[in-house]
Amino acid sequence: MAKRSGERGSASVAAALAIFLTLFVGITLYFFLAKTWWYPPPINDFGREIDAQFARTFVITGIVFVASQLGLAWLVWRYRSNGGRASHFEGNNTMEAIWTTATIVLFVGLGLFGRAAWAQLHFDSIPSDAMVIEVTGKQFNWIFRYPGADGVFGRTAPEFVDETNPVGIDPKDPAGQDDVVTLTLGVPVGREIKLVEKSLDVTHGFFVRELRLKQDALPGMVIPVHFHIDPDKTGEYEIACTQLCGSGHHRMRATLKAMTEADFEKWLANEKAQ
Amino acid sequence: MSEAAHQHAEPTGFIRKYIFSVDHKVIGLQYIGLGIVAVVLGMILSWLMRLHLGWSTLAIPGLEKLSPAGAPGNVMTPEYYLSLMTMHGTLMVFFVLTNVPFAGFGNYFLPIQVGAPDMAFPRMNMMSFWVTFTAFLVLIAAFFVPGGPPLSGWTAYAPLSAVGQDAGPGEGWGQTLWALSIAIFCVAQLLGALNFIATTLDLRTKGMSLARMPFSTWAWFITSVIGLLAFAVLLPACVLLILDRTAGTSFFIPGGLVISDRLQAHTGGSPLLWQHLFWFFGHPEVYIAILPAIGIVSHILPAFLRRPLLGPRVLISCLAAIGFLSYMVWGHHMFVSGMNPFSAILFSVPTLVITIPATIATLLWIGSVYGARIRFTCASLFCLGFISVFISGGISGFFLAQPSIDTYLHATYFVVAHFHFVMGVAAIFGMFAGIYFWLPKMVGRMMNETLGKIHFWFTFVGVYCIFMPMHYLGLAGNVRRYAAFTDDYLAPLIPVHQFITIAALITGAAQFIFLFNLVWSRFRGPKATENPWQATSLEWSTTSPPPFDNFGGRQLVVHQEPYLYGVEGSAGDYVMQTSPETVEAR
Repeated sequence: MAKRSGERGSASVAAALAIFLTLFVGITLYFFLAKTWWYPPPINDFGREIDAQFARTFVITGIVFVASQLGLAWLVWRYRSNGGRASHFEGNNTMEAIWTTATIVLFVGLGLFGRAAWAQLHFDSIPSDAMVIEVTGKQFNWIFRYPGADGVFGRTAPEFVDETNPVGIDPKDPAGQDDVVTLTLGVPVGREIKLVEKSLDVTHGFFVRELRLKQDALPGMVIPVHFHIDPDKTGEYEIACTQLCGSGHHRMRATLKAMTEADFEKWLANEKAQ
Repeated sequence: MSEAAHQHAEPTGFIRKYIFSVDHKVIGLQYIGLGIVAVVLGMILSWLMRLHLGWSTLAIPGLEKLSPAGAPGNVMTPEYYLSLMTMHGTLMVFFVLTNVPFAGFGNYFLPIQVGAPDMAFPRMNMMSFWVTFTAFLVLIAAFFVPGGPPLSGWTAYAPLSAVGQDAGPGEGWGQTLWALSIAIFCVAQLLGALNFIATTLDLRTKGMSLARMPFSTWAWFITSVIGLLAFAVLLPACVLLILDRTAGTSFFIPGGLVISDRLQAHTGGSPLLWQHLFWFFGHPEVYIAILPAIGIVSHILPAFLRRPLLGPRVLISCLAAIGFLSYMVWGHHMFVSGMNPFSAILFSVPTLVITIPATIATLLWIGSVYGARIRFTCASLFCLGFISVFISGGISGFFLAQPSIDTYLHATYFVVAHFHFVMGVAAIFGMFAGIYFWLPKMVGRMMNETLGKIHFWFTFVGVYCIFMPMHYLGLAGNVRRYAAFTDDYLAPLIPVHQFITIAALITGAAQFIFLFNLVWSRFRGPKATENPWQATSLEWSTTSPPPFDNFGGRQLVVHQEPYLYGVEGSAGDYVMQTSPETVEAR
């Protein structure tokens, strides 16, 4: 069979494709393995569990990624047109059955493995002695509320919302008199925190990278999440909004301030005085 | 095949022939043309967005003229950034990814590939295009109304999208027009899907059994079924959203909201309801975009591998399985939404399972290269590129399908990378492959292969430079939909954004090589023969371009499987579907 005009450059095109795919795989892997841009270190067990599951998934998918891209690169080079006839190669049912079963076991197994972290976050009951803090999303701020000495939050209603009363605490409710409202989330390390998420207007998303915790705050719903911070991980961490909430979405931020129990008590007393 | 299906005679006037045409080929070209207008617009919007993300104080000359309020002093405001982002997503998902691979190529080639002279309902077909066109005009009108285009993203989450002007600029008129446009679009898609299904089932020519239909026809058929169910849910959802916005109802708005210091007069609705309705459509929509591209690539590959694909029936079963499972996975968009956390586990399992047919299909493509004699044309390069980007985009899905990992990666650039690869770029590669492959048939002229290959390399290398780094951004915790990265945490990532922006500008500019090639070849390209690629399916058994009734009064009879390549045929290493010759049992 005579060479067609489109086949003359086939060796160079095949080589270019194979080389590019190989380079692409190499560069991609390099940046993943060098961790040039990577998640910040976790500050609790839950974060470490998520990272472990990420690592498991990364190894498995990494092998699939490298093998399939490089396999494609090699095949493209090996089977470029030389003007001859394609060889005859039928599918192999046993092979197909094997790779299908392997895929099912691998992928579904991986998913079941990851269930533990999710269960820890959502299904494990929150200890009854957890410190309860309320967080309310409001275009474009996070507002935190502590129940005060009585341990009880005051009643809130939208008609009480104004500049000095951002979450709308009922001034007549005695339980609300000692509530502390802040713009920073101060927490003691080493203690279980139950965070009750609310929104006053549109949907917001509460995200702390170091906690590996993200949960939307929905208007009309009260959503509890819980976390703790390792005793040695005091410091400041960014709270970002992750659900598009309007023009100021990108600047809707707050700080999570993890302190020792003593520092926390001092901080809270100071916030209350303001 | 009934005579009634094609009673209309060939029109002679310009308007009936090219504007209000009932010819499925003209309608197909109209969809592709509208798609090209939308994709250029969407791309320019992405350029503006990328420039702003790289250099947030940059003045973009002329932007103020486009929107005095949105870009005072030619510098984009955060809300204008979000508006452009919303319009980019909406244009791309609806008017490009749905219109071109499905409605465009499907309209043109589905009837021809099954040997029919036209669609089952030609007038409904015409209506479907013009309704789509109306939806497009309504959407574009949002640029010019007070407040500008909406800013709540292509997903239009309530209550941001539902409460009106108080939620921000663009949430007034712009958001209403958006919802209206999408509702109109749904009507058009429903009409189109019905037409595709009826044509596939009823208008196949003699000998064209279901098993002999090409992969592309199968993909359009399955996509139609998905579309019929998905758009039927989005349509009422949009109507309810419009009612919330204009008639004072509260389907998606709970009581007691204080927005812009005003207590909203709504009560009793659920924001989660919108998310469920939207994603019940939104996830199948991903497959509406990608299945036709999968079908097109699977159809084109054998012609350039010069051998049939492995396991053709397995591949079709995979497409059907993806279509079926696409309805059970919508909750994976909502792992962190506040829905019951038990349902996250429930949605996670089918999400992992749906990767299995996709993986099998990918292995079938790769395995099919074994023993092939690849002819490197622009069409085959884009098919091979498709396989590569489909793998790259699919891989990240394993991370996002797991609720625990998604808890970190949700709403970060990792997700942006994932869906741009697997839905956007992969489908676009399918479209490019389709245009390089079929343009000779559609206009009777060959495209320039050299320009095409330059276009391929810029595009292939370019999309990897744009979207691969986004994975790292996501891992570092870079939240998406931010108009600027102003804080200490994200500031170190700005150089990565600048790299992406430069890559996007170059890759986008390279698309004009394609547009030039398209226009130049249309008028100056060498004349195409009936079957320039030595391919086998029915579209290559008629003239280029085909006559008004597709086959010049002939009724084709199909004798063969669709992909007989690599055999001893009378014409060469292939046997056409219409050829009555006996092929050696293989």
